[in-house]
Amino acid sequence: MEIVQQILFVAALAATIWYITKRVRLIARAINLGRPENRFDHADERLKTMLLVAFGQKKMFTNLLVGVMHFVIYAGFIIINLEILEIILDGILGTHRLFAPYITPVYPILIDVFEILAFGVLAVCVVFLCRRFVAKVNRFQPERHREMTRWPRTDAAIILTAEILLMIAFLTWNASDSVLRDRGVGHYGELQGIVPDFLISHYLKPLFTGFSDTTLVFYERFAWWAHILGIMAFAIYVTYSKHLHIALGFPNVYFSDLQPKGEMQNMPEITKEVQLSLGLPVTTEPDGSQTNDNGEQPAEVGRFGAKDVQDLKWINLMNAYSCTECGRCTSACPANITGKKLSPRKIMMDTRDRLEEIQQGWKTNGDDYRDDKSLLNDYITAEELNACTTCQACINACPININPLDIILQLRRYRVMEESQAPASWNAMFSNIENNMAPWKFSPSDRFNWAEQVNESK
Amino acid sequence: MTQEVKTYKVPTMADMAASGEEPEILFWVGCAGSFDDRYKRVTIAFVRILNHVGIKFAVLGPEEACTGDPARRAGNEFLFQMQAISNIQVLNGYNVKKIVTACPHCFNTIKNEYPELGGTYEVIHHSQFLQGLINEGRIRVKDGESFKGRRITFHDSCYLGRANKVYEAPREVLAALDADLVEMKRVRANGLCCGAGGGQYFKEPEPGKKDVNVERVEEALGTGADTIAVACPFCMTMMSDGVKNKNREDSVRVYDISELIAQGEGL
Repeated sequence: MEIVQQILFVAALAATIWYITKRVRLIARAINLGRPENRFDHADERLKTMLLVAFGQKKMFTNLLVGVMHFVIYAGFIIINLEILEIILDGILGTHRLFAPYITPVYPILIDVFEILAFGVLAVCVVFLCRRFVAKVNRFQPERHREMTRWPRTDAAIILTAEILLMIAFLTWNASDSVLRDRGVGHYGELQGIVPDFLISHYLKPLFTGFSDTTLVFYERFAWWAHILGIMAFAIYVTYSKHLHIALGFPNVYFSDLQPKGEMQNMPEITKEVQLSLGLPVTTEPDGSQTNDNGEQPAEVGRFGAKDVQDLKWINLMNAYSCTECGRCTSACPANITGKKLSPRKIMMDTRDRLEEIQQGWKTNGDDYRDDKSLLNDYITAEELNACTTCQACINACPININPLDIILQLRRYRVMEESQAPASWNAMFSNIENNMAPWKFSPSDRFNWAEQVNESK
Repeated sequence: MTQEVKTYKVPTMADMAASGEEPEILFWVGCAGSFDDRYKRVTIAFVRILNHVGIKFAVLGPEEACTGDPARRAGNEFLFQMQAISNIQVLNGYNVKKIVTACPHCFNTIKNEYPELGGTYEVIHHSQFLQGLINEGRIRVKDGESFKGRRITFHDSCYLGRANKVYEAPREVLAALDADLVEMKRVRANGLCCGAGGGQYFKEPEPGKKDVNVERVEEALGTGADTIAVACPFCMTMMSDGVKNKNREDSVRVYDISELIAQGEGL
């Protein structure tokens, strides 16, 4: 019997690892569709940001209570995973609480900590479900936010419920195991005197005292398997879900923008054109390198701005996969607050949905397949793009430094420079700047007229 | 009140260059400061302060041109770079080292976006400049209008605050006045935009339930302030329009921080 369980366990573990590897490769390939950009510079500053914002969850504490609750789940996720190591080794070797005899004095302390966290995670997940579906926190409601369609809401419910079930499995497994140990049943009894009762599961023991030995062993095995298979299934599920932020949140923060939020990225390929048209010496190649001596044209200039995900930078695509759809960006967006169609969260969700659609195309039609859809128009409309005030409140609000504004601005560039699709009044503003050196129709020679009034009394 | 007749001067870079002089600082006026009737008063207030403290400054005058900010944010990178590279030609031609401006959009663009195109200067916003003058004791805000009993609330400009993390300077400037400073709920990094950034100033808003400036002005009025202080020409227009929309223009005024300082200093 033991050996059958071991074989099944190894098979399940191998299948999970194989499948997740496949998923990770696919997601990495999708992110690499983006244009290259060096985000490996300033390692010190990036590391510091990651420690503060990702590991330290700094931005989550804007709302202290929610910050603390999220921290409990986060700490639970990180720390309870230590216990997974023992569970996996037990599963492979057919042992029971492998570490207990070797680290006898600290073992119960460790498990107590895990149990406290497990209980905390369970409690917070219940609170979070209530916030979403009972207290109806505004940013999660489909009546108010059209991107909160059925799947994002179901996804959230699945994640929270799965975590609750996993924690119940973990705690009741410990409780049933304690009862078996007390009764001295088989190998469970061998840990009598080595492993004591645990802090939380101790209170659950009365649930199991009425069980026969056989039923109890069955439940102990069921809970153990449910817990570990549940974790494996959850790990796979995460790769399809907004919950991927538990993994990508860290690199996403590491690679996040370091420049001031107000700075828009330069387009060196345009600098060259402008320098030529002004009759100035050309100082840069489109890739930012110095020009070569004979002034040869660069190989090829891509499209200006972004029409589809391939035109965005890889970090924009990693941002999309890291987004957990919390909606803090959208709640801070002045356009969204005042009822415009723009929602920064939707920009991120659309970008990920478009990437998923491309992956689906690869699966059904081969790796070179390109459909004729695009992020612009098929997902994100001009009305949304045109509503943005570039105020950067969305970037500021994001707990993991996602930048929806960067995507919006790249899509705007495409619409204006490749399609000449600016709103008419923007075209008027452009021509005023071009002809009058100001966004309004004033004569440039009148620009200094204000100085005549400097000595007039008020 | 009898007032001695002061003559304020506005030297241009061309004047300075002709007489072989270099100013300590270039005052970048910006398009709104040059053409917008309301913001011209801010330009004048700031020039009077510069005269008053005796700083050797100059403006570009007719040689100044739009930084290109609204074009860039609207998506027209060509036009932005045409403006930027031409402006940099002019600034570098005059060997400009230090720039002060009363427009956060000009401030952000020249400070953060011109260096990559060959224009590197020390750029400060007029709130920072005024803060310096107050800290050095060069402005005492004692000789003019009293602000006792008045309530002022400061509206953060996105391109000053979030974009460049300048939150304290304008508040310290206002603290020099003997008024009560009251804060709105959404301030500093969480400040709500006036609705004008990203080219919105130059077009009608997209369809929605409300205008952004009205939402913001409602918040400002909620503080009970009689003065809304701003530090940006676009915020100035948006907040003034919002106050009018709420029919409160008789009891609530919108001022730039430099105007308040000029009033306090009796300029």
